Amino acid sequence: MVYEKKELPAKVQKIGFLLTGIGLVLVLVSYVLDPAREAFNNIIGLMFFGSIAIGALVLVALEYLSGAVWSTPFRRVSEFIASSLPLMLLFAIPLFFMMHTLFHWTHTEVVEADPILSGKTPYLNIPFFIGRTIFVVALFYVFYLVFVKNSMKQDKTKDQKLTKTNVKLSAVFMFFAGIGITVLAVDWMMSLEPHWFSTIFGIYFISATLLAGLAATTFTAVSLNEGGYLVKGLTTDHYYSFGALLFAITNFWAYIAFSQFLLIWYANIPEETFWFIARWEGGWGFVSVLLMIARFAIPYAALLSQSSKCDPKNLQRVSIFILFAHFIDLYWLVMPTFSKTIVFGFYEMGFPVLSIGILILVFYAQARKKNLAPIGDPKLQRGIDFHL
Amino acid sequence: MENKMIHSVTAIFNTPDEIIHASKETVKAGYKKFDTNTPYPVHGIEKAMGIGSSYLGFFTLFLGLSGAAFALAFIYWVAAIDYPLIIGGKPFFSWPAFVPVTFEVTVLSAAVGTVLTMITLFFKFPNNSHALHDTTYMKKVSSDKYGLCIVSIDKNFEESKVKAFLSSIGGKDVETIYYPEKKAINPFDPKFIMLLVFVALVVSGGTYFMLNKLLFMEPFTWMAIQDRLDPQSNSVMFADGYGMRLPVEGTVARGHLPYEFKGMNDSAVKVIPNPLIFSKEVVAKGKEKYNTFCSPCHGYYGKGDSRMNGQFPNPPTLHSDKVRNWQDANVYHVIFNGQNAMPSYAKQLSTEEGWSIVHYIRVLQRSQNALDIDVEGK
Repeated sequence: MVYEKKELPAKVQKIGFLLTGIGLVLVLVSYVLDPAREAFNNIIGLMFFGSIAIGALVLVALEYLSGAVWSTPFRRVSEFIASSLPLMLLFAIPLFFMMHTLFHWTHTEVVEADPILSGKTPYLNIPFFIGRTIFVVALFYVFYLVFVKNSMKQDKTKDQKLTKTNVKLSAVFMFFAGIGITVLAVDWMMSLEPHWFSTIFGIYFISATLLAGLAATTFTAVSLNEGGYLVKGLTTDHYYSFGALLFAITNFWAYIAFSQFLLIWYANIPEETFWFIARWEGGWGFVSVLLMIARFAIPYAALLSQSSKCDPKNLQRVSIFILFAHFIDLYWLVMPTFSKTIVFGFYEMGFPVLSIGILILVFYAQARKKNLAPIGDPKLQRGIDFHL
Repeated sequence: MENKMIHSVTAIFNTPDEIIHASKETVKAGYKKFDTNTPYPVHGIEKAMGIGSSYLGFFTLFLGLSGAAFALAFIYWVAAIDYPLIIGGKPFFSWPAFVPVTFEVTVLSAAVGTVLTMITLFFKFPNNSHALHDTTYMKKVSSDKYGLCIVSIDKNFEESKVKAFLSSIGGKDVETIYYPEKKAINPFDPKFIMLLVFVALVVSGGTYFMLNKLLFMEPFTWMAIQDRLDPQSNSVMFADGYGMRLPVEGTVARGHLPYEFKGMNDSAVKVIPNPLIFSKEVVAKGKEKYNTFCSPCHGYYGKGDSRMNGQFPNPPTLHSDKVRNWQDANVYHVIFNGQNAMPSYAKQLSTEEGWSIVHYIRVLQRSQNALDIDVEGK
C-alpha cells in the first residue's frame, strides 16, 4: 500500500523540551529543599512513567495475542511510547541511594527486633530488591526490542511469518508482564508499609497500568489522526473502540479497588485496616473521596453514552483526565506513608511534568526515525477497513 | 380477493453488498417506511438505511438507575429499619457491604428491563400475526438471502411503482404481501384444551415430585446433616457429657444486673427513688409484666383477690397502709428478693421491668385511694 510519511511539527519537540526543563528544575529544587519528601515523589514519578510505558507495551502484545485488527493502524504509537521503558531506570537510580529514607525494612536494627519483618527478609533485602527492579525492566525491554525488530523487518520484507513469531512471543510476554508488574507494585508501593499485605495489590496496579498505557495511546493516536498523521485515518468505529476499552478498564479498576477495600473493611483486622485508616485520617480522606470521583465516577459518566465514545475531542479530554486521575491514585498509594497529614505542593508537581516531557521527547525522536504506521503488517488493511 | 389489505412489497437480494446498495437506493428514492431482513446482522446496514441511534439506551439508563435506587432503599429498609441485626459490630446500614448486591440488581434490572422494553415497546410484542410470517420471503431471508420490504403505510406507496422500483435496483422475486385473514379464536379447540391439561399435569406432577421425592434424595438431604449440638442432647466432646453449657462464671445478661441487696433485710436497702421516669409507656410495660407475674396471686387490681385466695397463705392486698407507705425501693426489694411465701422474680424480670411494675403498683394504689384533685373539676 502507498504510505507517505508526514513529519510531526517541531512544536511537539519544543513542548517536550519545555516540560522536561520545568520538571527537571522542580525536581532538583525539591530534592535540595526536602530530599525525603521528594524521594517519595520520585516513587510516584517512577510508577507514573513506568506504568505508561509498560501499559503501552502490554497493549502491543495484547493486539498480537488477541488477533485484533482495529489497533494495527496506530500500533506504532503504542510502540513509540513503550520505547521509553529503559528510562524507568533513570527514575529508579536516585531511589536506590535513598532506600534508607523510604523503606522501613532497610533498618537492620528494627527488622531484627520485629519477628514479622525478619520473616520477610529473604524477599525484602536491598540487593534482591534492586536486582528485581533492574531485571523486570530489562526483561520487558528485551521483549519490546524483539517485538519492534520483527515489526520493522516486516515493513521491508512484508513477511507474514513475523507476525506469527510475535504472537507466540506475546503469549510468553503476557505471563511475565503479569508477574513483573506485580513485583514492581509490591516492591515500590506495598513494601512502603512492610507489615501490610493485600493479595489483590498486583492486579490493582495492573489495571492502573493498562489504563495509563491506553489513555496515553488514545490521546496520542486521536491527536495524530485528527492532524492527519496516521495512514488513511481512523474512523468513528476506531474511536468507539478506544472509548469502550477505556470505559471497560475504568470499570475494571473500580471493581478491583472496591474488592480490595471491601474485604479489608469487612474482615476488620487491625493488621490490614491500618493502611486504609492512614488514607482516611489527617485529611487523606479528601484524597480518597477524590480518587473515587476522579478515577471512576467522572470517566464513567464521560464515556457512558455512545456519542461520547465517538467524539475525538471528548476522548482527548478524558484520556488526559484519566492520566491525571492515575497520578492521584499513585499519590494516594505512596504519600500517606510519608506524612500522617495531607501534603500537597510544588514538590508533587515535578515528577509528573518531567515524566510527560520525557515521554513527548522520546515519542518525537521515535516518530522522526520510523514510520507512523506498520506498513508491512498483513493486518493493516483490515485495520483501516475496520467497522463494528 | 379484493378485501385483502396490502402489507408490503418485498424483494430478494443475493449478497450483503447488494442489500446495502439497495437500502441506499431506497432511501434516495424517498421511501421511509421500509425494512430489511437478513439471516445475520449485516455490518453498516443501519447507516445505509438511514436509521439514527436508538432511544433504547435511555431506557437502559433509567432502568439501571431505578434498579440501583430500589436495591439500596430496600436493603436500607430491611437492614436498618425492619429487622436490624448487628453484623460484625458494624452500623446497621453499612453501605460497602451492600454495594455488590446493589450492583447485581442494577445489572439485572438494566439487562432484563432492556430486553423486555425492546420486545414490548420497540417490537410491539405480542405480535404473533405479523404479515411477513409464514411467507416464502421470510423462509428465504432466514436462511441464505437478503430481503427488503417497503411497507404500504409509506406515503409514497403505490404497488405498481414500488414493484417497478424494486426490480430496477436489482431485486429478484418481487412480490406483494397481504395481511393474513383474521381467524376466530375458539377457546374449546381440542388442541388448546389438551395444552391446558398437559400444563396442569406437568406443573402439579413436577411440584409433587420436587416437594415429596426430590427433597428427600441425596444430595438434597445433606443440608439436614450438620455438625452441631441440638439443645438437650448429649455430647462426647465435654467431660460431663452434657451438650448444653453454662455461661462463664460472672456472666451478666443484658438488663439483668445482679440485685445488690439480695438476701438482706428490708432495713439494709438503700432507699433510692425509682430510676424510671413515669410515663404512659413505662406504665403500660409495668401493667403487662404485673399481669403476667404478679396478678396470679395479688389479683389484677392488687387486692389479693385472685383464685389463690382462700388457700394458705392468703396473698396479701397491695392497698394496705403498710405497702402504700413503703418506699419504691422497698417494693422493688420484695419483687427481687422475695418475702415469706413469695419467691424472688429476679430471674424472670429485668431491672427495668421491675421498676416499671413498681410504677404500675403505685397507679393501682392511687386508683383505690383517689385524691380530690384526681376527680375532674376539683
